[in-house]
Amino acid sequence: MTYVVKPKFHHPELPKNELGYTHRDYEGSVSTLCAGCGHDSISASIIEACFELSIAPHRVAKLSGIGCSSKTPTYFLGNSHGFNSVHGRMPSVLTGANLANRDLIYLGVSGDGDSASIGFGQFAHAIRRGVNMVYIVENNGVYGLTKGQFSATADRGSKSKRGVVNNDNSIDLIGIALQLGASFVARSFSGDKTQLTPLIKAAIEHEGAAFIDVISPCVAFNNHAGSTKSFDYVREHNEAVNRLDFITGRAPIKVDYAPGSVETVEQHDGTTVTLRKLDSDYDVHDRLAAMSFLQQHAAKGQIVTGLLYVAAEAEDLHGHLNTVAAPLNGLDEKELCPGSAALDKINAALR
Amino acid sequence: MPIQSVNDFVVRFANVNGSGSASANELFARAVLRMGIPVAPRNIFPSNIQGLPTWYEVRISEAGHLGARGGTDLMVAMNPQTWDQDVAGIEPGGYLFYDSTKPLPKSKFRNDITVIGMPLTAISNREYTDPRQRQLFKNIIYVGALAALLDMDIGEMEKLIAEQFRGKEKLFDANKHALHLGRDWVMMNLDHPLGLRLKRANAVGDRIFIEGNSAAALGAVYGGATVCAWYPITPSSSLADAFTGHCKRLRVDPTTKRNKFAIIQAEDELASIGIVIGAAWNGARAFTATSGPGISLMQEFVGLAYFAEIPAVIFDVQRAGPSTGMPTRTQQTDIISAAYASHGDTKHVLLFPEDPAEAFEFAAAAFDLADRLQTPIFVMLDLDIGMNHRLSRPLTWDDSRKFDRGKIMTAAMLNAGEEFGRYLDVDGDGIPYRTLPGTHPTQGSFFTRGTSRDRYARYTEEGAAYADNMQRLLRKFETAKDLVPRPLQANATKATKYGVIYFGSTSPAMDEAIELLEAAGHALDRLRVRAFPFHSSVTSFIGEHDFVFVVEQNRDSQLRSLIVNECSIDPVRLVPILHYDGTPVTARFISRAIADHLDALKVTPLRKGKVVS
Repeated sequence: MTYVVKPKFHHPELPKNELGYTHRDYEGSVSTLCAGCGHDSISASIIEACFELSIAPHRVAKLSGIGCSSKTPTYFLGNSHGFNSVHGRMPSVLTGANLANRDLIYLGVSGDGDSASIGFGQFAHAIRRGVNMVYIVENNGVYGLTKGQFSATADRGSKSKRGVVNNDNSIDLIGIALQLGASFVARSFSGDKTQLTPLIKAAIEHEGAAFIDVISPCVAFNNHAGSTKSFDYVREHNEAVNRLDFITGRAPIKVDYAPGSVETVEQHDGTTVTLRKLDSDYDVHDRLAAMSFLQQHAAKGQIVTGLLYVAAEAEDLHGHLNTVAAPLNGLDEKELCPGSAALDKINAALR
Repeated sequence: MPIQSVNDFVVRFANVNGSGSASANELFARAVLRMGIPVAPRNIFPSNIQGLPTWYEVRISEAGHLGARGGTDLMVAMNPQTWDQDVAGIEPGGYLFYDSTKPLPKSKFRNDITVIGMPLTAISNREYTDPRQRQLFKNIIYVGALAALLDMDIGEMEKLIAEQFRGKEKLFDANKHALHLGRDWVMMNLDHPLGLRLKRANAVGDRIFIEGNSAAALGAVYGGATVCAWYPITPSSSLADAFTGHCKRLRVDPTTKRNKFAIIQAEDELASIGIVIGAAWNGARAFTATSGPGISLMQEFVGLAYFAEIPAVIFDVQRAGPSTGMPTRTQQTDIISAAYASHGDTKHVLLFPEDPAEAFEFAAAAFDLADRLQTPIFVMLDLDIGMNHRLSRPLTWDDSRKFDRGKIMTAAMLNAGEEFGRYLDVDGDGIPYRTLPGTHPTQGSFFTRGTSRDRYARYTEEGAAYADNMQRLLRKFETAKDLVPRPLQANATKATKYGVIYFGSTSPAMDEAIELLEAAGHALDRLRVRAFPFHSSVTSFIGEHDFVFVVEQNRDSQLRSLIVNECSIDPVRLVPILHYDGTPVTARFISRAIADHLDALKVTPLRKGKVVS
């Protein structure tokens, strides 16, 4: 399929967003992933989120590591710069890119092998630094490109396609992200676009480290009975705590909800998120309660999805570093080079 | 016969790490400098916080020799742990200054040296009650004693203390008191001055006294670096620390008080170089500072930056390897691992500064080179340059100088219809244009990757496209040869068949060795290599001589291997002179080693026509 060129023409009456772009302007080249791969649904959600938010495609930088998930940035936002870095190291490259120009939107796409195994350290440190980014893990519990080995997010006791049982404990990236201070934490399912797309939109608008763990079944190697990351298993065990609609300075999306079940969350940057609560006891601002809620449901074999935590007050890495408002990559010698007079003074102090 | 020397000798302080001796010893070195006499101090310290032996060697040389000399003329023996080795290291006719509070048996001394005992601990304990003060001021007391013994100007020491404790009168008074305590005791109790003396001179000029790491960090400020990501490792940590300090003084916006820099202490060296590559990909000037083990860890990323053509500046402050090696000892030992870093066919640009002034210049130049060549640039410092104060010509900057941002295609150029192919060699120099993320809504975006691609950055595994790209990278490397600092050649006064190649911190020792060799009747032309890839003059220099010595501070003659490999030189023509015990190479070592070779080469046949069996 690599050789299939996507036709450029499109229906003349395709809807346009505020910037005059159509959905097609947010697409990339044709996916080379397996037919039915969950990752392609996530790409579709990213395209939809960016289209609906009317983001200029070139204002997004998409970065990834190595693996099936890391290939996907080629399949969306064709007018954005992309960076397919080395295995497990997307977080550091994204951190550097973000430091260079704070004005772009940084979308990090990674997988469970990339983020929970080889890049576990980089994942953790980018989160704890509060890099302003959307970090999406396309989590299928398996190494696809190398043909079906368990990854570190595979649940203990789950069975591989070859019938091998995983004896190692799994890493829950959501739990780690919460513990390390991610200011926006969500989990979703590639098979549930109506839940996922608004989450991505909210994450893009969030100014801080936004992490979304998306369970994304691998149709080739991890979609069988005995897997805990198959379409069937996730559908049966999905425990959504809320549904999310998103408002950003525009007219709110009208939805009919039962009174008392809607919560409007205002973020520090003025954007608001409207949540339709499915679990009336769940408080998205309570990090400690979220961690405990997740553990309790995981013990019951349930996969909690939805917006799990959003910090009332978030500050990003640039805030911690007190950097100037202008992007660092735009400063010239006048701004950066202290000049010969300053150097003479330095010399004088060194004698 | 005790050594008699004015303004030309070596003082070595033997101390215990963490005893506060460092600032007292530095006070001594600076006072010599203020008397107009060049000094070259060197810290010889352990990988330890407290308790292990440490030495501070001060070479005093009115002639201006700044390399390590070897040998000790005056030992200030303050560490009982290393007494025997310290006493043994004194030159015949030299001097031993020690704390005589506790008597030592005669067998602990030598007959061929002058022994000067002073009850330092007793004096300090009599004067002070607080244990920490007793320790700290004991150091200042011996510096005061040295002032009398070496006939130094104590006024210079007082001035230095005053500068150090400006606004802290109490501390100034206390230190001054301790200084005089030492000096007065010597005046009343000992023969003074010694045969070793200091006499005010005028040999320092306008030179500055600075550590190479600090100078390199300043070069990064002047070169426009805005992003620094690093992981602590000796001997490079002080470079990142210095950058932080310089930025706080020079790079804070005066009105908003916000920073025109971002410094990240990363979780490891992989993240450090990853952050640098991400920032440079996005158009900021970025660097990391590390040492050998960090270079090993960064290999994969360096290959990515080479292949995907992303600028990056890496300061490698080299230390003795392999593995953890000797973390606090100097070597030039990462030449090969940096030059060919990463798997696959890779080659990288290396710069070899000789001292702080060049560390500053090459640091600033590295950012221009990285942007121009769109590739990693290694600035190869070492512990000897990086962590020691070195007398160096003043740093200079031309205010008309502009940053060379290299070939960046802008939105205006794209709108004007210029063809953009990320890996398209439009100028024949192997360097393509790049666009920065966010440049244009519909043109100029591309996918950066470590996988093979065609000239338009499209993924391909087609052999011809891959080879085409690899060939272009070679062309780019050729272009680099004329962009990097050129080798500097200095010829002997008379024609000679012999030459010597050297680089980096070997420089001061080499200059002095040449004087020693010339005094012994040997003539050598010299070439100081300042960068890799090698300029064509390296090959021609070797071609003009029968034999060329290559002096370096590693076991495996790494620079020589690089020359043999890259310039296709017959290895027989290059004679390795190798010093790799972790101490800085000395003029004595170089001149002896080269003289031995030259003497061997001079063997003339006994009689013409006679077969020597």
